[in-house]
Amino acid sequence: MDRFVVSDSSVLSFAPHIVFRFDEVRQRWIILAPERLMLPDEQAVEILKLVDGKTGVSAIVDSLAARYDQAPRDLIAKDVTTMLQDLADKGCLAGADD
Amino acid sequence: MPTIDPPLALLAELTHRCPLACPYCSNPLNLERAAGELSDQDWRRVLAEAAALGVLQVHFSGGEPMARRDLLALIGAANGLGLYSNLITSGTLGGAREIDAFAAAGLKHVQLSFQDFTAENGDRIAGLAGGHDRKQRFAEAVRAAGLPLTLNMVVHRQNLDGVPDMIEMALELGARRIEIAHVQYYAWALRNRAALLPTRRQLDQATEAVEAARARLKGVLTIDYVVPDYHGVRPKSCMSGWGRQFINVMPSGTAVPCHAAETLPGIAFPSVRNSSLSDIWHRSDAFNRFRGTDWMAEPCRSCERREIDWGGCRCQAFLLAGDAGRTDPVCTLSPDHGVVEAALQEAEGAPPAFVYRRFSAAR
Ligand code: SF4
Ligand code: SF4
Repeated sequence: MDRFVVSDSSVLSFAPHIVFRFDEVRQRWIILAPERLMLPDEQAVEILKLVDGKTGVSAIVDSLAARYDQAPRDLIAKDVTTMLQDLADKGCLAGADD
Repeated sequence: MPTIDPPLALLAELTHRCPLACPYCSNPLNLERAAGELSDQDWRRVLAEAAALGVLQVHFSGGEPMARRDLLALIGAANGLGLYSNLITSGTLGGAREIDAFAAAGLKHVQLSFQDFTAENGDRIAGLAGGHDRKQRFAEAVRAAGLPLTLNMVVHRQNLDGVPDMIEMALELGARRIEIAHVQYYAWALRNRAALLPTRRQLDQATEAVEAARARLKGVLTIDYVVPDYHGVRPKSCMSGWGRQFINVMPSGTAVPCHAAETLPGIAFPSVRNSSLSDIWHRSDAFNRFRGTDWMAEPCRSCERREIDWGGCRCQAFLLAGDAGRTDPVCTLSPDHGVVEAALQEAEGAPPAFVYRRFSAAR
């Protein structure tokens, strides 16, 4: 198996057995992975809500850029890719057709 | 009193029964027999209370949890409650049929232990002929069922040199994660310490191998590496702090902040047989005893690391210094640190024979 490299044209989905959900007790979004809990910050949550196995990375960036029009698109693209790559390296995200 | 955060994980030690006899087993020397185990009804109630309390993950462990006939039903119950369930198994009871059923019931992940990368040494350490081969077939069944697999390797002086081969084995078996954890010296492992504690040289080589593999396998295999705290300078943050994240329910129903805690004298640990998990977590003396930093004496009390390692392990403080309220002797700032240095000295000599984990072999 090779490392999955996230690019503009990637289409991502949550890996099987990764659970991204809202926790009522803590009133925040969480990611559950094998023997591990991750607490994505607000910005990451907004990005992850757009990860659906259909929307490509560039479309995710577009939609965020439209929402936060003070930030330059390049900067958003860089943040988004870094965040998604980190989660792909942790085995939480995979290519949608994998 | 500051507010108490909800626990993250429930360690459900379903049974102490196990076909293996690892000399470092973290189960107590006094193993619980089947007749003393909680019932299926009890466990269902515990799972429901755990979910309501805010627990997010449940780890079904033991002993060998697959020795319990109701495991499948408990996995289904946990899943129905929204709990993320992990199975921690030796992979020596059952195979594809069981695993497929677990996956269908909502199991999310399997952590499978191996004792070494060769059948010969693995079976010798486990005290079970043919175990290693069964584990390999079990790993294949886990992958075939589409479940993520973590290999768990407990390492010590009698297998530590094989770390690079263990990592290869994990790749061959299709694991996404390998946990290479040095033995922690409680219970059976403390009994066998002189046979298990690695030399400094061995340790440094293994650590180097892990670091090289981590760089090479980024995004392919996650390597979690737990170093032996005896060789360190500061203690581990035991269970991330007493009563902060974990609640462990033993086969008998006794609830403890960590699996070794039952050995601590003078603490009455509550039981899920007659208390709710919420009462146990929030109100029991046992869970409040070493919570936070108020209980600390010097040198921990004024130490800048007091909320990083929480003074280390309470069980280790008791086992090595005779008092659970002292600084973990593994810390070089501890006045009791000499006992750890003496054990390390001993490790440079030839290892004695194992005392295998058996019902009533302890004394
Ligand atoms: S003195 Fe206590 S708090 Fe400080 S490092 Fe040692 S064990 Fe940790
Ligand atoms: S301090 Fe005690 S309770 Fe905590 S992990 Fe260590 S042995 Fe367990």
